[in-house]
Amino acid sequence: MRIKAIIIRILKQFYRDKRTVAMMIIAPIFVLTLLNFIFGSTASSPKVGVVQTPEQITAKLKENDVEIYPYRTVSQAKKDIADKKIDGYLSFENKIPAMLLEGSDPAVTKATITLIKDSIAAESTLKPTIEFLYGSEDMSQFDAIGPVLLGFFAFFFVFLVGGVAFLRERTSGTLERLLSSPIRRWEIVIGYVIGFGIFTMVQSIIIVLYSVYVLDLIQIGSILYVILITLLLSLTALTLGMLLSSYAKNELQMFQFIPIIVVPQVFFSGLFNLDAISSTVSWLSAITPLYYAGDALKNVMIRGLGIEDIYIPLILLSSFSLVFILCNILSLKSYRKI
Amino acid sequence: MSINPMVSVQHISKSFGKQSVLHDISLTIKKGEIFGLLGPSGSGKTTLVKILIGLDSSDTGSVSVLDNKMPNLKVMEKIGYMAQADALYQELTAMENLDFFATLYGIKGKKKKEQIEASASLVNLTNDLNKPVSKFSGGMKRRLSICIALLNEPDLLILDEPTVGIDPVLRKSIWKTFEQLKAKGTSIIVTTHVMDEAEKCDTLGMIRGGQLIAVDTPQNLKEACHASTMEEAFLYYGGKSYEN
Repeated sequence: MRIKAIIIRILKQFYRDKRTVAMMIIAPIFVLTLLNFIFGSTASSPKVGVVQTPEQITAKLKENDVEIYPYRTVSQAKKDIADKKIDGYLSFENKIPAMLLEGSDPAVTKATITLIKDSIAAESTLKPTIEFLYGSEDMSQFDAIGPVLLGFFAFFFVFLVGGVAFLRERTSGTLERLLSSPIRRWEIVIGYVIGFGIFTMVQSIIIVLYSVYVLDLIQIGSILYVILITLLLSLTALTLGMLLSSYAKNELQMFQFIPIIVVPQVFFSGLFNLDAISSTVSWLSAITPLYYAGDALKNVMIRGLGIEDIYIPLILLSSFSLVFILCNILSLKSYRKI
Repeated sequence: MSINPMVSVQHISKSFGKQSVLHDISLTIKKGEIFGLLGPSGSGKTTLVKILIGLDSSDTGSVSVLDNKMPNLKVMEKIGYMAQADALYQELTAMENLDFFATLYGIKGKKKKEQIEASASLVNLTNDLNKPVSKFSGGMKRRLSICIALLNEPDLLILDEPTVGIDPVLRKSIWKTFEQLKAKGTSIIVTTHVMDEAEKCDTLGMIRGGQLIAVDTPQNLKEACHASTMEEAFLYYGGKSYEN
């Protein structure tokens, strides 16, 4: 009854505050769309200059989608590298193959070297057939990071909006007013969780459907799992935001949690290769909700795995929420003992 | 008929860190009495009121309301409370605010509708119920806060500075409401720093620097020190500690 009153009130407040609703739904869509344009295209073909290169190698380079720029001398090619007209050149002066690369962007450097090496390797060498257990050759960078980003935006916006909403309840005196009524402390917290839960469910569904059907994000597994994961992650974000709001005196102090709580999670979310992270900090991944959500999202969206492979992260995400809920109920004790 | 007091406060003290806010306060409030707490801001009125309702706890001593030790959820159902700051949801309309708080107090259905109408007409807000609170003036917000405190037909009504920013005509009508409620047996605790308002109370507790310096009817308080105004009386009782 009282829980229902809080749920209805929260939904009504959302309805009145269209700007916040827009921020929670349109902002993630906007950013994801931008990222799709930035990372969506498969890497652009490198521009390679050729100097005295044998005909069959040039042909092979063309076959491998390399843009060819013929030069007479090495010095001309070098000048064009400096002018950023080409990414590097391949020369065969005195029949010895040599490469010079621009070298300021590791990603371009790597791609260029691989393509050139591939092309000059003799036909006769054994070429393995390449197959993929998960994913495919034309998976773009966006497909690889999209699932994690999906989780990140759900987390980020719900954390902020939920935290600020509860903070306002504290600073405006309404929380105290609530606690002067016969409502129980847990009823307030649960009301918030369900009220925001309903809203974040709608939010998750819209963002997931948009990413998959409009942005054409890779999606092999069941879309229901994707929604379930983002929902559980959002609840963790909400309960954590509510809890931290008790350590903030105003909105600005709430935003100060972003670099401490939200940004580090990105590092452990799976956007970066976790094996490469120094062991001094890598243990932190075990306590970051985004790590589990990112893992589960990748498993479902890229690898197409089912519940039997994602139930552990799901349980852990729920445990995070549960612990935060209990902490919230306890922290309300500072207002009223019972 | 009950002889037991509505509120009984026994020797409560409270300090925040090293600063003592309330010092050994005891008082009783009878059924159907308007009890005024008069004191300057910072004297501890709000802290005392919060302890009464259970929103804060005292370091020593005890508070009981309707024979139950506070805080107690069952008793809170019978208390109406209005905080010093207007604790309202700005995005919602007055009606939605009332509806929300009524539900928290377990009032439902037809009864809820009746209670909201009755309380709103007492504070003269009937025609503004569908406006969002953010469009309300300061005085209207105060009235809405009082209205919310009346929703549960409380046995004990606690109002923290209820008439700040309210025009004299309305203040008069609000006090008339208090008199009506009192006639029905409701006990009312009002904090104020306005001297002439204090005179309308049945019993007045003067509070200064966390100490209850005098408790009696306004008439007796003035007569005992031969003061013609409440202000003089307050200065007399409050000044005692500086004499000798």
